[in-house]
Amino acid sequence: MSILINKSTPVIVQGITGRIGQFHSREMIEYGTNVVGGVVPGRGGETAMGVPVFNTVKEAVSATGATASLVIVPPPFAADSIMEAADAGIDLCVSITDGIPAQDMMRVKRFMRRYRQEKRMRLLGPNCAGIITPGEALAGIMPGHIYLPGSVGIVGRSGTLGYEAASQMKQLGIGVSTSVGIGGDPINGSSFRDILELFEHDDDTTAVVLIGEIGGPQEAEAAEFIRDHMTKPVIAYVAGLTAPKGKRMGHAGAIISAFGESAPEKVELLREVGVSIVPNPSEIGSTVYETHSKAA
Amino acid sequence: MDIHEYQAKEILRDFGIITPPGGMAYSPEQATYRAHEIGGDKWVVKAQVHTGGRGKAGGVRVCDNEREVFDAANEMFGKKLVTHQSGPDGKIVYRVYIEGGVDIERELYLGFVLDRSTERIMVVASSSGGMEIEEIAADEPDTIIRSVVDPAVGLTEFQAREIVFKLGLGATHVQAAVATIKGCYRAFRDLDATMVEINPLVVTADGSVMALDAKMEFDDNALFRRPRISELRDKSQEDVRETRAADRGLSYVGLQGNIGCIVNGAGLAMATMDMIKLAGGEPANFLDIGGGASPERVAKAFRLVRSDDKVNAILVNIFAGINRCDWVAEGVVQALKAGDLDIPVIVRLAGTNVEKGMQILAESGLPIATATTLAEAAGKAVAISNAALNPSKIAAVS
Repeated sequence: MSILINKSTPVIVQGITGRIGQFHSREMIEYGTNVVGGVVPGRGGETAMGVPVFNTVKEAVSATGATASLVIVPPPFAADSIMEAADAGIDLCVSITDGIPAQDMMRVKRFMRRYRQEKRMRLLGPNCAGIITPGEALAGIMPGHIYLPGSVGIVGRSGTLGYEAASQMKQLGIGVSTSVGIGGDPINGSSFRDILELFEHDDDTTAVVLIGEIGGPQEAEAAEFIRDHMTKPVIAYVAGLTAPKGKRMGHAGAIISAFGESAPEKVELLREVGVSIVPNPSEIGSTVYETHSKAA
Repeated sequence: MDIHEYQAKEILRDFGIITPPGGMAYSPEQATYRAHEIGGDKWVVKAQVHTGGRGKAGGVRVCDNEREVFDAANEMFGKKLVTHQSGPDGKIVYRVYIEGGVDIERELYLGFVLDRSTERIMVVASSSGGMEIEEIAADEPDTIIRSVVDPAVGLTEFQAREIVFKLGLGATHVQAAVATIKGCYRAFRDLDATMVEINPLVVTADGSVMALDAKMEFDDNALFRRPRISELRDKSQEDVRETRAADRGLSYVGLQGNIGCIVNGAGLAMATMDMIKLAGGEPANFLDIGGGASPERVAKAFRLVRSDDKVNAILVNIFAGINRCDWVAEGVVQALKAGDLDIPVIVRLAGTNVEKGMQILAESGLPIATATTLAEAAGKAVAISNAALNPSKIAAVS
């Protein structure tokens, strides 16, 4: 088992005929992902990467039974594509697109609340690397070969830093149950907390690696969730400990910012709730190894 | 993207916000002329720079006659204003704004931001406006008024009224203050702002509600659909290298150290900087080359990093997913063969097409140090950089 995606999950790609869409659809299919179709408005009836293309997500869902969607469309159209997926009854939407306007995402999040909790789509990203259940399926842009199948979950905002974690773990023979990118944008779909909850309830995940970075409230929320609900060990690295304070204009940002947005504060909050902190980014793998062998 | 106060005021006037009469000047003579045009017997000369905290740094001067206006403007032009918000490099003044004086009865604070925890626009207000607002927010957080806007409905009349009454404004000011709050919200929403700040928002002796200062920040991701906002960009207020980087699809932030960094992905770039620092070195920059980087973009990244004279070693750290190691390697070779690179380069490649990338580096015959892990790469870069800084030490050791 794993979370959110496995080898039988039927996946469609919104934007399958684009240059990047084609490349990554091919990679996903080669990895073994069950890609059942694509959606490109105006291209319905064509075939791309060996699967049928539809004009709308609703058509694709009714013809293929797709439950997951990967959105690789340019930023001006991405928010609309995500909302289309939500309206068509997709369970899991992965948005890779970088550069979606913040107010578009605000609208997307509001739109998703129109659906009852149990029918509400789960969104990963935008501006994320996607999701992979090693050895089974991937919906995203990560290089599949750096992940070893196993029992440690990974959740992170940064794509490439997630790769770094997975490859350090592979070197030490530690495998991954599922790796989830939640994206680096200020307004995103799923939070650390959401994904931690899924890992906590997944029988095949024995520990979770959390890869955070400076800015935003989500690591602090994760710390609260870990304290109250997590029984599995969590290992965390927070990037940006040495990042200088940015230049800024005005006071508004400072007035609403809360404790827990700088990297040292995030580390402090996570450490307090019993999370094993990775001291430097080259020791992600070894810290997981130590925590794991202690637990075993 | 940031804009100037005078530009923000021009925009906000279109949304019904009242501002004092004012005009732009690019020379002291023009400043005097503007003061004359505005009339009255009191003016404020304000340096137009993309930063806050101008008042304390000498960027705002109250003048009682045209001679003083001339002198104040004359002093400001070309001056570098360093404020607590500008960073150590400060901002140079090329434009000043002349405004008519206003009889202030009360100073309030009004701000609009994208709040990351509610993922909505939040109105922030305080009955004590002015320069000490951050201290007030820290010391007496309960006095700060916060109101979150539902994007499906927008800012409602009653929400605006609640804010106005909490600010302690009386019946005579309610309508004007509500109009101001709603106008700012519409400007924020309609123009894809990420921040609107009126500090201070004043109630004048004759009973009007006026924006004495205005700051607006816009979402870079939305500029494609806001051409009129894009035009307001003032590159003289931006870091030259950061601007050049942005124009080339790179994300760059200059720092104080000696080790130039070229990395893909913001998180990995920060982790690389952390690693350098922990290994005893100092990063010279943050640089994210983004996804799908071509050899040309990599070569441009090299030139950009090298244009910082402090740099004495360059560390390339690429974990390719959407990127390709062979392309990055070609870019490295291209940059080095162009001959303008006279400092050591350390390259760590991993991920997509890593073998091909390493092969390209090896076959180039160029003196490139390679590494397979992040720790090894950072260790090598720090040793080389520190040796260049302290050649005597090395000599003593050997």
